[in-house]
Amino acid sequence: MTESEPRFAEYAAPERLVSTDWVAAHLDDPDVVIVESDEDVLLYEVGHIPGAVKVDWHTELNDPVQRDYVSPAAFAELLGRKGIGRDTTVVFYGDKANWWATYALWVFALYGHDRTRIMDGGRDAWIAEGRELTREPARRPAVEVPVVERDDRTLRAFRDDVLAHLGRPLVDVRSPEEYAGLRTTAPAYPEEGALRAGHIPTAASVPWGRAVHEDGTFRSRAELEAIYLDGAGLRGADDVIAYCRIGERSSHTWFVLTYLLGIPGVRNYDGSWTEWGSLVGVPIAVGAEPGTVPGQTGPAR
Amino acid sequence: MRLTPALQRTVDDFQSMEEGDRLQLLLEFADELPDLPQRYADHPDLLERVAECQSPVFLLVEVDDHVHVHASAPAEAPTTRGFASILAQGLEGATVGEALAVPTDMPRLLGLDRVVSPLRLRGMAGMLGRIQRQVRERLDQH
Repeated sequence: MTESEPRFAEYAAPERLVSTDWVAAHLDDPDVVIVESDEDVLLYEVGHIPGAVKVDWHTELNDPVQRDYVSPAAFAELLGRKGIGRDTTVVFYGDKANWWATYALWVFALYGHDRTRIMDGGRDAWIAEGRELTREPARRPAVEVPVVERDDRTLRAFRDDVLAHLGRPLVDVRSPEEYAGLRTTAPAYPEEGALRAGHIPTAASVPWGRAVHEDGTFRSRAELEAIYLDGAGLRGADDVIAYCRIGERSSHTWFVLTYLLGIPGVRNYDGSWTEWGSLVGVPIAVGAEPGTVPGQTGPAR
Repeated sequence: MRLTPALQRTVDDFQSMEEGDRLQLLLEFADELPDLPQRYADHPDLLERVAECQSPVFLLVEVDDHVHVHASAPAEAPTTRGFASILAQGLEGATVGEALAVPTDMPRLLGLDRVVSPLRLRGMAGMLGRIQRQVRERLDQH
């Protein structure tokens, strides 16, 4: 599937987005599987797009013991069980403006699963348009899926990568309160898992939700360019690391920078603030200003 | 520390099921969470927000001779609704002593760690803690 819809033509990789109309027209397409990924583990059970399968980030994509994604063998087993073949086109959608859908897409990409799309507007758009939902779990026949090694270098950044990266473009996609160091979790979310508050020095603050309209659909390319290229200073950048609290919100920004704006070399730091904010000896900036790299005078870049 | 008879039945029901089916039972509880009585629906300011939950869930406990728990959570947050419903049903009509005797780690007894995740279960523990605190506060007011 390489076709793309005219309404997405302005984006760098228009084939990465599909509309609710497109999904409705491909519900019976054997080469397409619709995947719902939500923050709430029960939302799929409440009602989902007919034929859609569920992938839960917490219980299925994360390793239950080690803080990491599941092993390549476990990922292949998961996909096989869900009936998602290596050549199947996967369309993700979910709650909260596709926050978790983009996270699942990013994790799939680590395992080289590249035929992936996002349904613009996500679950809320489908429901707002009064389209059909079902509580019937999808039953796709299991398929054989080869074990593919996970590439942790291209799309993923670890803490040492971030330390070495200081001075080059960083985007903090958390709320202004988290960025300034007033709190360690999103407003209205439980406090969890970081001993210090603030941001990685020099990171630009662009809360992830700025990339979408109120209804959860992505903003126009011109609007996104104004936000990221002008506002956050990413024009001409080819080496960007995005982070949030555990890498979920920054997956959304990773998707926007990579596929809608076409910035090369964007990585997601999934350790994010729950790791950086607890690491011994790493630099932290507080307040609304990006701050400077220790040892350098004046703003970075 | 002990469960109310109703909570014990709920724990037994969850434990008797395969892990995958436990999510369906949680969904049934979510469906069963009653709307707030009109006197509280009109006055959301009377309810307490549970900060440990990712979704907006609000609680209010009444104590006469028995404990009554009212809760509201949005339809888009069925896990939270399910937890609130388990607690509201499990504590309905309990004595103050029974409600306060429920162990704070009660959510773990449901066997949902692997299908829901420990992180999400924290919200339910937060709800239980706030319900028990409200029970104590109501006693002080009597």
